[in-house]
Amino acid sequence: MSKIGVFICHCGENISATVDVERVAREVGGMEGVAHAIDYKYMCSDPGQTFIKEAVKKYNLDGVVVGACSPRMHEPTFRRACAEAGLNPYLCEMANLREHCSWVHEKSEETTEKAIDLVKMLVQKVKKNKPLDSIKVPVTKRALVIGGGIAGIQASLDIANTGHKVILVERDPSIGGHMSQLSETFPTLDCSQCILTPRMVEVAQHPNIKLYTYAELESLEGFIGNFTAKIRLKAKSVDYSTCTGCGACIQKCPVKKIPSEFNAGLGTRTAIYVPFPQAVPNKPVIDRVNCNYYKRGACKICEKTCQVGSIQWDREDEIVTEEVGAVVLATGFDVKGADFFPEYGYGKYKDVLTGLQFERMASASGPTFGEIRRPSDGVIPKKIVFIACAGSRDPAKGIPYCSKICCMYTAKHAMLYQHKVHDGESTVFYMDIRAGGKNYEEFVRRAIEEDTVNYVRGRVARVYEKDGKLIVKGVDTLLGGQQVEIEADMVVLATAGVANCGSEQLAQKLHVSYDPYHFFAEAHPKLKPVETNTAGIFLAGACQAPKDIPETVGMASGAAVKVAALFSNDELVREPLVAVVNRLAPPLYSTCVGCFMCETACPYNAIEHEDIRGRDGSLIKTIAKVNEGLCQGCGTCVAFCRSKSIDIQGYTHEQVYAEVMSLLND
Amino acid sequence: MKIGFYPGCSLTGSSREYNESVVAVAKALEIDLVELKDWNCCGATAAHSMNEELSLSLPARIMALAEEQGLKEIVVPCAACYNRLKVTQHELEDQPKRNRVAEILQMPYKGDLKIINVLQLLEAYGTENIKARITQPFAHKVACYYGCLLVRPHAILKFDRVEDPQSMDALIQVIGGTTMDWAFKTECCGGGFSVSRTDLVVKLSGNILKDASDRGAEALIVACPMCQSNLDMRRGAINKTLDSPIDIPVIYITQAIGLALGIGAKELGLKRHFVTVEL
Repeated sequence: MSKIGVFICHCGENISATVDVERVAREVGGMEGVAHAIDYKYMCSDPGQTFIKEAVKKYNLDGVVVGACSPRMHEPTFRRACAEAGLNPYLCEMANLREHCSWVHEKSEETTEKAIDLVKMLVQKVKKNKPLDSIKVPVTKRALVIGGGIAGIQASLDIANTGHKVILVERDPSIGGHMSQLSETFPTLDCSQCILTPRMVEVAQHPNIKLYTYAELESLEGFIGNFTAKIRLKAKSVDYSTCTGCGACIQKCPVKKIPSEFNAGLGTRTAIYVPFPQAVPNKPVIDRVNCNYYKRGACKICEKTCQVGSIQWDREDEIVTEEVGAVVLATGFDVKGADFFPEYGYGKYKDVLTGLQFERMASASGPTFGEIRRPSDGVIPKKIVFIACAGSRDPAKGIPYCSKICCMYTAKHAMLYQHKVHDGESTVFYMDIRAGGKNYEEFVRRAIEEDTVNYVRGRVARVYEKDGKLIVKGVDTLLGGQQVEIEADMVVLATAGVANCGSEQLAQKLHVSYDPYHFFAEAHPKLKPVETNTAGIFLAGACQAPKDIPETVGMASGAAVKVAALFSNDELVREPLVAVVNRLAPPLYSTCVGCFMCETACPYNAIEHEDIRGRDGSLIKTIAKVNEGLCQGCGTCVAFCRSKSIDIQGYTHEQVYAEVMSLLND
Repeated sequence: MKIGFYPGCSLTGSSREYNESVVAVAKALEIDLVELKDWNCCGATAAHSMNEELSLSLPARIMALAEEQGLKEIVVPCAACYNRLKVTQHELEDQPKRNRVAEILQMPYKGDLKIINVLQLLEAYGTENIKARITQPFAHKVACYYGCLLVRPHAILKFDRVEDPQSMDALIQVIGGTTMDWAFKTECCGGGFSVSRTDLVVKLSGNILKDASDRGAEALIVACPMCQSNLDMRRGAINKTLDSPIDIPVIYITQAIGLALGIGAKELGLKRHFVTVEL
């Protein structure tokens, strides 16, 4: 007969205020197979754990049930206590008397009875528990970082500085991301490039970092500690081993009118190009879509110009394979505004800009070398209107969430404008000013008070052109809903931050989940912000949600620490709560018939094929086998298995039936 | 093509020319309009600003009648009627409201009637088919004016782009007209304040006319009787507030299409306007 120990926790008053804990212990103590049952104020405390350890030894317990809080909170605590007393930790179970009972019900007889039922279920389950051993998997101590913006740069440097190898993959020809496009940064107004470019150089020169620019992840297979990444190196058409980055080819390229991505469409670039002068690597690629040679088969001026013969016309995309142990996703965000509000005239009027375009205009490296000038006629605007929340916080037409960075960058834009155009007049239309952050509110106040930016609380209904002016029609909700009409020379939209294009496909490639807006989903909104639900894949920066530079850098360092912690072990220990396909004695070998419904159901690619062979080597049958490293224990395969051949260890059919039957038998 | 037709009160009174042009164009395009029998007022602005049950029951009766008369689809030319019918259908997805209305009406109501406006009718008919029947291209530069009720609230009507609608512009381009990008296509004309606060209507409608006129529009094209009457009937009062009077006519989309199809001015009701139509 079983010898189960039952320990009921008061959780201070969290449980005992609504549940009669003494009665629970008393009634469960009378169950068949229960050798010992007590209650105590704080079971998780040192004395509480000691009660458990002593009871295990004294009564020679073969199972423990703790009725306390959520297992998410303290299951590891109690399992550790059992293990220290010599009991296999997987023979310890928790009944959730707090979240599932005392917190959600009033104090009553029924509440106590529910608590008794919950504990009884677990007693019946634990009788069927079997000792389990944790799973050990080896670790490849090399990290893959996807995305070379500030998040990817920071994560790469931090991991590399712990002594581990990093592979950094960037889609564009240069690393730097959005931060390299910014002019000054809030709340200190220090130059973005001045603080970023040294780090870009550090990445390129770091002995532990291998940089692949103009490259994209093709596929990722494997599991935590043991991933295989295939990376597509897009054909640059330039041999980087010989190219000196002299730039002569760029000057001679006849295709000069391509809108520059780096300048957010405000400037132009050539077909053979380096995105910006401070690019890393500072060597060009040929944009094959726009190049005369690839389009029409003639030109080759760059080849004639190149002194070292670096142009390679027939270079093809190359796929490289890298073994890595962890992945950091740092693919950033995108800005979107035009589509949400056609009435603001973006795309229709040249002098209606996005925030990012204004950023380029205000930047010393930008198309106007830092001068604020109307794109239509090059005139310095005397009146400028900034529209905050151009798409954000608008469930009807835009996106329901707050893009978080716009209040701050709009204040910065208005401030920069006032600093550059002393007799200029700037107006910001806003919903609320969200300036939470160190020195942020002070920064906005400075824009309003010192730089005399006119803040109007209200929405803009429409922007239209009349006699060369942009008429901005809005409302001032603080002055009794008065209509405001401003004749502006330029309008800047604080466009919403949205998930980067291709993020959905990337998420599917990596088997990480994403939210309805296609931002990657963290494993827990508070306690696991840099982890994903797929073990070994971490998040950094705005690919998870819009965020500013300090937050991005903090998150990237956080992800780097998670990777370093993972790499501090030679082997990984995983919970053995994974699926197993049963194995039986010959002639059956297993009840699995090899239909592989489980394989189609498994979201983690954890189902493998196993051939069962006779002594002569002949194939008897092929059955499913679960890769313990990949399996996340979700149980989908169990539901799909038509012959009930798969069980989740720790949650077998037998155990779950025992729980249900305990309720029905009462 | 056979389809139900709910004219509503305006089309039998102040905007008879809208009715006439809808009927004439439908005839020319061989669309068989079946007028709903025993129809009643939709309640317009008055009902829903006073009594919710009344504002739901009036349109519900219209829809229940259509269902009873075996109509699957109904065209509602008046923007206010169209809006009220669509909003009521949406509101009556709520079971308690639906029960209450059924109790008042004492008629069965299924709620699956398809309600369309004139622009949707013409879109569904097919621009290629319209093009094939053009005898006199409508070679004019015009401003398409949508007003409030045709496109709002977008969540319920789900018709066109709410702040920058395009469907009327597309139809005008089909018949050979030139449309323009202008600032007031969905601004309010003053609507039902025509009588009680004429001064407001004069100001709001005046802004609309002025912008269209400044940008060189030869006419304003509308699909709402209320907008038409404010922009047309109040022109005298509007012109009194302006430095130079504006004489561009305000015609219905069906009148413009009718002209392109070679239908006579009288048949299209073009003689009924306050501002002379010379197009």
